[in-house]
Amino acid sequence: MKQLTALCENFGSAICMLARSARHINTLPRQFPRFIEQCYLIGYTTLPIVTILSFFIGSVLALQSGYSMQNFGAKQFIGTLVGLSMCRELGPVMVAILVTGRAGSAITAELASMNVYQEIDALMTMNIPPERILVLPRLAAVLVMMPVLAIIANLCGWYGGAIVCQYTAFISVDTQSYFAALKRYMEFNDILDGLLKAEIFGFVIVTICCYIGLSVKGGPREIGASVTRAIVVSLIFILVLDYFVTKALL
Amino acid sequence: MSAANTTTPLAGKTVGISISHLTKQFNNVTVLHDVSFDVHPGEIFCLMGPSGSGKTVLLKHIVGLETPTSGSVRIGEYDAADPETRAKVHLAFVFQAGALFNSLSVYDNLALYPREHRLGSEVSIRERVMYALQILSLEKAAGKMPSELSGGMKKRVAIARALVMEPQLFLYDEPTAELDPVMGATISEIIGTLREHTAVTSLVVTHDRSLALSIADRVAIIMDGRIRAVGVPDDFKHTTDPAIANFLNPVVDIKNPRFKQLENANE
Repeated sequence: MKQLTALCENFGSAICMLARSARHINTLPRQFPRFIEQCYLIGYTTLPIVTILSFFIGSVLALQSGYSMQNFGAKQFIGTLVGLSMCRELGPVMVAILVTGRAGSAITAELASMNVYQEIDALMTMNIPPERILVLPRLAAVLVMMPVLAIIANLCGWYGGAIVCQYTAFISVDTQSYFAALKRYMEFNDILDGLLKAEIFGFVIVTICCYIGLSVKGGPREIGASVTRAIVVSLIFILVLDYFVTKALL
Repeated sequence: MSAANTTTPLAGKTVGISISHLTKQFNNVTVLHDVSFDVHPGEIFCLMGPSGSGKTVLLKHIVGLETPTSGSVRIGEYDAADPETRAKVHLAFVFQAGALFNSLSVYDNLALYPREHRLGSEVSIRERVMYALQILSLEKAAGKMPSELSGGMKKRVAIARALVMEPQLFLYDEPTAELDPVMGATISEIIGTLREHTAVTSLVVTHDRSLALSIADRVAIIMDGRIRAVGVPDDFKHTTDPAIANFLNPVVDIKNPRFKQLENANE
């Protein structure tokens, strides 16, 4: 019961934090440098790992599906399978997981250390709401960068699959046929659904990571604990939300 | 003994503080017991007390970082617990550890407040920041990061950052803690000079006896969360209260059983 109360309390506090951030939305244009800095941290620094991992996920997907499909002569559908899997599911979820690990942990660590070393208190005494300069630019940046990262993940995954199909002896589906199959059964809405998922995940990750970072109490030891907590909670939320969002979008 | 208002560039209209029957409990532990005192506009008021006596908690109530369990804290005519008060009263808090923004340079630390509150163009903000840096002899540190500064410099930057806010109320939490005596004397001189320049009300929380008795117009002693005495510094020089006398002029009793235990442990 106590844990349920704490969960509800945390949920309510996170909503309040979002509401306080939304109150300052009109300040966003003059926070452009902070927004760009966060775009760099969330987008650019996560990009290499997203590129590499999505390429190999697409490759493995093509390899596994090629191995299974060759038994019943459905190799021509590998492109469709990789294409849809990447853009509807694996792309957004993988990007969300990588953003949590790469950017979310950094956000929590930064805000938690600001809290522990009284920088947040200093902001409050200066009548500068922390939500305005610390939460809002990060939320805006993640909303811009998540679809970009998801699109890049999709493309890398698709090309990874295409290369494997082309050069693996037991599959040997040429790139043209692979992309033709990918296009034939995929609609623009499939891509949009994936991007919407990425947006939702990004928003949830930054909200959780900012909230946990800003609510840290205690000494430096709490910084590490808060990062772990933020990652675990974010991953749980991503996977649980994934089911509900997928169900709603089907 | 309040100072007259001056018209220096950083001067603001000063305000007083009124604390009335303030009690604070954390998890049923009472940290402040029915604390009441006033700080008059323009004066330097020192709050002294041993470690753990509730000084910093009291200061946090004044800046609105804590809310009272009962009683009230008023800054001028406003309730300190109301978040809107910080928008109405320019209040500067110099934290014990400085609380500088580690990701910003010294200049940007100082410029953050005027930039965020849009207090003029970048040129006027620059003038304002450089003026504050100049008062504290920190012009050469403008481009440095907080991690490159010594403890004393961090304290001075924190004071400069507070000064840029053109405060009506200056609050210092242990301004001389962890500093050598020379730097401690410099900081106390700065506090006095700032009052002369800006006529600002200053509340200094400290356990540094020499700082308090040298700069304060009035002093309050807090012990175990209770105000033990309030008066002018001279009142405390010949105090008859044994607890205050012991705090101000501590005498180490080597016959105390605790020292005997230590001696035995060392053997």
